[in-house]
Amino acid sequence: MISEKLGLSKQETKLSMAYIYVAFISLLIGGLMGLLQTLVRSGTFTLPWGIDYYQVLTVHGVILGLVLTTFFIIGFQYALINKTIGLTVKQRKISWVGFWIMLVGTIMSSITILLGKASVLYTFYAPLKAHSAFYIGLALVIIGSWVACFVNFRQMFLWRKDHKNEKSPLLAFMVVINMLLWFIATLGVASTVLIQFIPWSLGYADTINILVSRTLFWYFGHPLVYFWLLPAYMAWYAIIPKIIGGKIFSDSLARLAFVLFLMFSIPVGFHHQLTEPGIDPMWKFIQVVLTFMVIIPSLLTAFSMFAMFEITGRKKGFQGIFGWVKHLPWKDVRFFAPMVGMLAFIPAGTGGIINASHQLNAVVHNTIWVTGHFHLTVATTVILTFFGISYWLIPVLTGRKLTADINKLGMIQTIIWTIGMTIMSGSMHIAGLFGAPRRSAYSTYGGTEQASEWIGYQYSQAIGGSILFIGIILMVYIIIKLAFFAPKGIEEFPIAEEEPDAEPTPKFLENWKLWIGLTIALILFAYTIPFIEIIQHSPPGSPPFAWPIGNN
Amino acid sequence: MTSLHHQKEEKANKKESPELIGTFISVMMLGLFILASWFGVYALFVMR
Amino acid sequence: MHLHKYEKIWLMFGVGSLVVFLLVIGIGAFYKGTHPQSQMTTIDPQNVEANEAFKKENLGLTKVDENKYILNVLASAFNYDLGVDEEGAQVKSIRVPKGSTVLFHVTSKDVVHGFELAGTNVNMMVEPGYVSSYETVMEKPGEYTLVCNEYCGTGHHLMFATVEVYE
Repeated sequence: MISEKLGLSKQETKLSMAYIYVAFISLLIGGLMGLLQTLVRSGTFTLPWGIDYYQVLTVHGVILGLVLTTFFIIGFQYALINKTIGLTVKQRKISWVGFWIMLVGTIMSSITILLGKASVLYTFYAPLKAHSAFYIGLALVIIGSWVACFVNFRQMFLWRKDHKNEKSPLLAFMVVINMLLWFIATLGVASTVLIQFIPWSLGYADTINILVSRTLFWYFGHPLVYFWLLPAYMAWYAIIPKIIGGKIFSDSLARLAFVLFLMFSIPVGFHHQLTEPGIDPMWKFIQVVLTFMVIIPSLLTAFSMFAMFEITGRKKGFQGIFGWVKHLPWKDVRFFAPMVGMLAFIPAGTGGIINASHQLNAVVHNTIWVTGHFHLTVATTVILTFFGISYWLIPVLTGRKLTADINKLGMIQTIIWTIGMTIMSGSMHIAGLFGAPRRSAYSTYGGTEQASEWIGYQYSQAIGGSILFIGIILMVYIIIKLAFFAPKGIEEFPIAEEEPDAEPTPKFLENWKLWIGLTIALILFAYTIPFIEIIQHSPPGSPPFAWPIGNN
Repeated sequence: MTSLHHQKEEKANKKESPELIGTFISVMMLGLFILASWFGVYALFVMR
Repeated sequence: MHLHKYEKIWLMFGVGSLVVFLLVIGIGAFYKGTHPQSQMTTIDPQNVEANEAFKKENLGLTKVDENKYILNVLASAFNYDLGVDEEGAQVKSIRVPKGSTVLFHVTSKDVVHGFELAGTNVNMMVEPGYVSSYETVMEKPGEYTLVCNEYCGTGHHLMFATVEVYE
């Protein structure tokens, strides 16, 4: 126990930092691509050297959506596991194998994209055909991440063996839930990549079943966004209370929310396929209902967060209905950045409910509203929380201090991000309601009046995008400072505790067999029949199409 | 035994209700925001 | 597990709202038949002409009744084939009178496309091997942009047409 309270060993910190370096290099590259996209779409800028808009868009999506997130999350979660239940030397060595597999995969896919052989965007919908190295690289990233899954599962198993009848540390429990979610979800994308895409792109299979590949992708695609969100929730539930000088609102409710996320974030992929042919609308609706179930743990979380703030404020003597708001450490960036993230989740989550509402999806489907939506969820809520984590995690891992100056820079960074994103995401939402499509280079669409209206919003997206890019430069500067130049010292690893007289957490919340069993049962319920129908009613498959993406 | 039980219950009662009126108003406003936005887009769907 | 009184009210309100949303869309979908586009018809993407609707001569707008039209569209990278006019030129703009009911049939002979009539509820994925269909009443006069809203390659943003609703 005492050793756990001390800092982490050099080897342990190196592992997490390796992941975090890759994440922030990705932020810089991916962010630059984002800036270029908004500039192109304003109609005032043309990419030099014949670079294609969609190549830039593919880099942006792959490197931010898949690389930055996965690397940061695994690095952060290793730090949590190290801190709470420890990582044995053997497991740590295996972890490095996972890191290198992921990195080789990332480099392989990136080179393929940069050579213009894989401008298929991060969803790589068949039958657009990228070079096979792109798919093999993606498969390696996923396989490498599975190593992290099994390391975390194994550590939890070992800890439980040594701590019979004890409740596992909350953060370790959450990490295991998130990795279970990831593992079960990635089975879908791994099957389509390994069984369908790789043989087909290598020419061993003549055709590919489009709807099967899309269904397997979206079986993965929605839990993917929860895999991004849950580490943010970890920080909100179990780290922020410590930073604001409070306690965990309810250990049981936190665990319950995570269990609900595990069960309900997977059997819902059809809500990304609502306007597609070939899927029975009854099954679409069933998955819409299941999607609405996954909103409930977020409703629980909203209450828990406000309650944690209010109870802490009242304990400090702040009165009145909203007096507690004043006690919050608004000038501490470790709180401020994630707090803005939480607030952004209000419109972000609301947009999500609208997107998933069956026929209402036709109003927004594949319009730039959707882009605006996930720039609030992942690019504000999640990323600002990750930034908020980095302000203390990187000093902890490098043995440095978060100085007052860097804290101030962080505050400025958060404000820049908020302004930039409000402008960019706001105009995306509005333009989307007018029908402006997403994933499209600059076009006047034959000069229609509607299209000329959209372009005004594309100007403001470019303004927002430029402000955000300034935010990215500043963030990378802060990270370099924290990792290499901040004064040496001991920074706190903030882990909140429960109230000493807190109600005990019910045992059933750690009944892993029950939760995994229910998760699998729900997936089988939601997917078995429609999936069989899709296969039985399959049209002839599609041959590969390489020329539309310029992959000749 | 009974007195101990009683004591426990009393203690539970005491911490049962932390003052959470601000929280309640905040989440209800959030709820109204969700309702208003959802019905806004629903109206758009119906009108189109 | 203990829940605070206010939390119970909040959850009832929140879950209640979700139930209301589901009832509204559920009644719309199952009672009024406003499901999102979910056509089950399959087609051979390499031989779309085997389907009557996508024979060359049947592409484009056909008037089937007073104020009733069918629009057959063959999507391919990077074009919507709306048939040819009397002079044999490719049609790029469709005109229908206000209040017409238009039934759209769309398929793709190559990759995945989108089919969105901006400002209306006509918004469908178009996938090789399937026919996507949606019927709508064009109530408001004006010019509507038909855009491909699913990435289909380097010329994706140049894939469009227009639909004009006249008084």
